[in-house]
Amino acid sequence: MENLNGYLIVSAILFAIGTIGVLTRKNAIVIFMCIELMLNAVNLTFISLSRHLGHLDGQIFVIFIMTVAAAEAAVGLALMIAFYNNKESIDVEDVNLMKW
Amino acid sequence: METLFFVIISLVAIISAILVITCKNPINSALSLIMTFFCLATYYVMLDAPFMAAIQVMVYAGAIMVLIVFTIMLLNIRVNATQKHSHKVLLGSILGIFILINTVVLLFKSQVSNPVGGLTGDLIKNLGHSELIGREMFTTFLLPFEITSILLLVAIIGSVILAKKKI
Repeated sequence: MENLNGYLIVSAILFAIGTIGVLTRKNAIVIFMCIELMLNAVNLTFISLSRHLGHLDGQIFVIFIMTVAAAEAAVGLALMIAFYNNKESIDVEDVNLMKW
Repeated sequence: METLFFVIISLVAIISAILVITCKNPINSALSLIMTFFCLATYYVMLDAPFMAAIQVMVYAGAIMVLIVFTIMLLNIRVNATQKHSHKVLLGSILGIFILINTVVLLFKSQVSNPVGGLTGDLIKNLGHSELIGREMFTTFLLPFEITSILLLVAIIGSVILAKKKI
């Protein structure tokens, strides 16, 4: 694998974009999608390094990360629906019930 | 040729990732995110991992994104154009770019070790990628695989309870 650095740089860029999205957006669903983007960037790192090192462990990890992401999607979206039923909004700035 | 293809796919992936965080309407963000997922699936094919590419398209671009788009449509969120941008956009962007610079500097100052395992392109082509994955998953990683099923059960019960009318 001579192109390993290219994959790792693309992965770093995607992760940074996801971080910026999480820190700057207000809509909770967009924040959620940015988290998915960050998870995917990490998956790309795992698979490219797994291919470079000639070892399958990284790809098994990716399968587990995808499982966790699917569970997170189900629970997170259910939380958003419950929050929307209470507050009629999903802006994260309205989530201030426990703020002192 | 492969380098040119890689550059094109990278451009598409990065541009659609930027669109995810800049679009005002969440539906447009979701569609751009699907584009990014397909680009990542293309990367996985280029990295000799076709099973991962299939899983990426089915689980992420299929299941998770359908769930997200369904929720966006269900909640029917109005796009308010008067979204005021405070200092946190600047602060968040600076932090994200700092993380990017940090990672790239770390990448160029470090040295990746030589291959340690016996996985080569010929082995993948002869045996098949899914057979290798399955063999590894049901021997070495059997216990984490079983724990994953408990995680999914917890997620099912949790989402059903959370989505009820009265919590």
